[in-house]
Amino acid sequence: MKKDIILAGVGGQGILTIATIIGDAAAVAGLSLKQAEVHGMSQRGGDVQSNLRLSTDEIYSDLIKQGTADLIISMEPMEALRYVEYLNNEAWVVTSSQPFKNIPNYPDEQQLADEVAALPHVASLPIEDIARQNSMPKSANVILLGMAARYIEILTPEQLRQCIARVFASKGEAVVQLNQQAFDLGLNAVK
Amino acid sequence: MIERKLLLGDEAIAIGAIHAGISGVYAYPGTPSTEITEYIQASAPEVRSRWCTNEKTAMEAALGMSYAGKRSLVCMKHVGMNVAADAFVNSAITGVNGGLVVLAADDPSMHSSQNEQDSRFYGKFAMIPILEPSTQQEAYDMMKYAFDMSEKLRLPVLMRIVTRLAHSRAGVVVDDAMAQNELNPDNERTHWVLLPGNARRQYASLVAKQPELMSWSLSSPYNKQAVEADKASVGIVACGIAYNYVMENNPKAMGIPVVKVSQYPVPESLIKELAQKCDSLLIAEDGQPLVEEQVKALVGSDYKVKGRLTGDLPRMGELTPDCVGEALGIKVEQTFAAAQNVMPRPPALCQGCGHRDVYDALNKVVAEYADARIFGDIGCYTLGALPPFRAIDSCVDMGASITMAKGAADAGVHPAIAVIGDSTFAHSGMTGLLDAVNDGSRITVVISDNLTTAMTGGQDSAGTNKFEAICLGLGVDPEHVNVVVPLPKNMEEITRIIREEIEYDGVSVIIPRRECLQTLNRKLRQKRAQQ
Repeated sequence: MKKDIILAGVGGQGILTIATIIGDAAAVAGLSLKQAEVHGMSQRGGDVQSNLRLSTDEIYSDLIKQGTADLIISMEPMEALRYVEYLNNEAWVVTSSQPFKNIPNYPDEQQLADEVAALPHVASLPIEDIARQNSMPKSANVILLGMAARYIEILTPEQLRQCIARVFASKGEAVVQLNQQAFDLGLNAVK
Repeated sequence: MIERKLLLGDEAIAIGAIHAGISGVYAYPGTPSTEITEYIQASAPEVRSRWCTNEKTAMEAALGMSYAGKRSLVCMKHVGMNVAADAFVNSAITGVNGGLVVLAADDPSMHSSQNEQDSRFYGKFAMIPILEPSTQQEAYDMMKYAFDMSEKLRLPVLMRIVTRLAHSRAGVVVDDAMAQNELNPDNERTHWVLLPGNARRQYASLVAKQPELMSWSLSSPYNKQAVEADKASVGIVACGIAYNYVMENNPKAMGIPVVKVSQYPVPESLIKELAQKCDSLLIAEDGQPLVEEQVKALVGSDYKVKGRLTGDLPRMGELTPDCVGEALGIKVEQTFAAAQNVMPRPPALCQGCGHRDVYDALNKVVAEYADARIFGDIGCYTLGALPPFRAIDSCVDMGASITMAKGAADAGVHPAIAVIGDSTFAHSGMTGLLDAVNDGSRITVVISDNLTTAMTGGQDSAGTNKFEAICLGLGVDPEHVNVVVPLPKNMEEITRIIREEIEYDGVSVIIPRRECLQTLNRKLRQKRAQQ
């Protein structure tokens, strides 16, 4: 079994934290993993993506082939669309519905939302709003991970949930609890 | 104790080097190499690891440590090899005492660079062994191997990686650390004093070692027939990370034999054997067609060799599993067409960054001069080339802002303004400023000082708190060394000073100084966490 995931967003939105949690869970579960990250210039507010590959077998390429990705997890709707060429037929797109506009020629919001909605398997929610309403403004990325959890399949939501405790452990029990709460919010929102 | 860790390629190299018993790591930050030195600094206090002023000083310090009998690592991005080249090439002539490994991190596709030069050419040029790991595990394993080989051959070893290995994570099994070497300075002056008489002998010895390098390459655990097949229409030579893209396409299922190359010189007889079994060869290598050219010479002009030169693989850019698959006749799957509502999202200077105020001020003043030119440099502030600023006319290499402004001013350009960051100025700007002072050039140099090496993530900058003294020491008139605080409220003062200095017939320096917001915020977060 394999799961090829593209994590997408804008520099600074926290996609590497999502990758760290999934990576930690995969390591604990004894899966093979390769995860190509973006460091350097693009982190300054540019588009960032990470190819995250999980498998029960050996993985060769750090990059995912076009037409074969199983899942896009995106902190931003336009960034989710940037990688649709990589998806296979059955793939899911789990994305924030809230645009991050830091360019002057950002597309028309309605047209963008329509194009996202037209994809066959989509889960899209205003995660920034949900995070604010629940007094966890910095945990939008973990809400998104919760939304994606049941589509990762090669790992169970419970395996991911346990890794949140490990990844945030150094920041104290309150932060761990807040992020597990965020994870559950996302998980339950896409039932 | 053997344990399994999830590591970036850079981190695997760092741990490999620590475990190989290095006593020092010398480096200037540069994407994608930075995390190697950062990791060693954070986890191995027994290793000397302060950031260097530039790659040349790093290379020379590493050679000095090797001279003294200890193992040293020097790390840089590919273009840093150009800066270090004098010391690097001559370190092959002196040879080494303690093991010396030079780590060059190339950036095919120029994710964060101004070119995609292939550092393997430097290794070939210097006539030393080159290692090119395919995986994070190999990157770790190769460090001990490289240091041992370096001491046995008494030559520096080049390890070449690419962005995709440096910044990709995978599981790595790590072992125990070796002890560091004892202090044992070399007494053989004829090896180290490269007067022509000695240098000729040393070069002859380097030439004489070449067959030995070839036999190391042929018996290397990293060069091997990875996929066996008796007869095939095509065989693949897969170098470094390209091996992964080849294997992703399952050559075994297609009956295609593969030779994996991760150590150079190119293992000639291994490739000749492959060629004899096949009607043609495909050379898969990330970077420039170095192996392809050599294999063509090896198998003769009648034999078909395919690769980047023939268009079977793209001539430039990073390889992908898709383009390697296409070269093997596998079509790229197209399930979804590219989306319509997607726009490029280039990086930008942070909101509130001092460089923004510098460019606002420069743009205001420069609008008053029809012929003004602003020569930029390498760093976050290169983003001033993009909207909304569109402020700089050039960006070439570390330090070129000052020297290009000088040359342009010599030719008659006025105003000729250089914009350079603090770390870049320390790296390669000081010597150019001395040229300009000595020649009385009419240039205005803006040293945009954010107290850090920001682009690569906030490493210490070699010249911090020394810039006024450096400029005065190099002979800039004290009347024309100005320090300002780049904030919108100071715009009037800053623009007035720029105007005055443009009108001055000589070298003037303006230092806008305000801490990088990223490092400032990080410090505040650390402070809060400690409370």
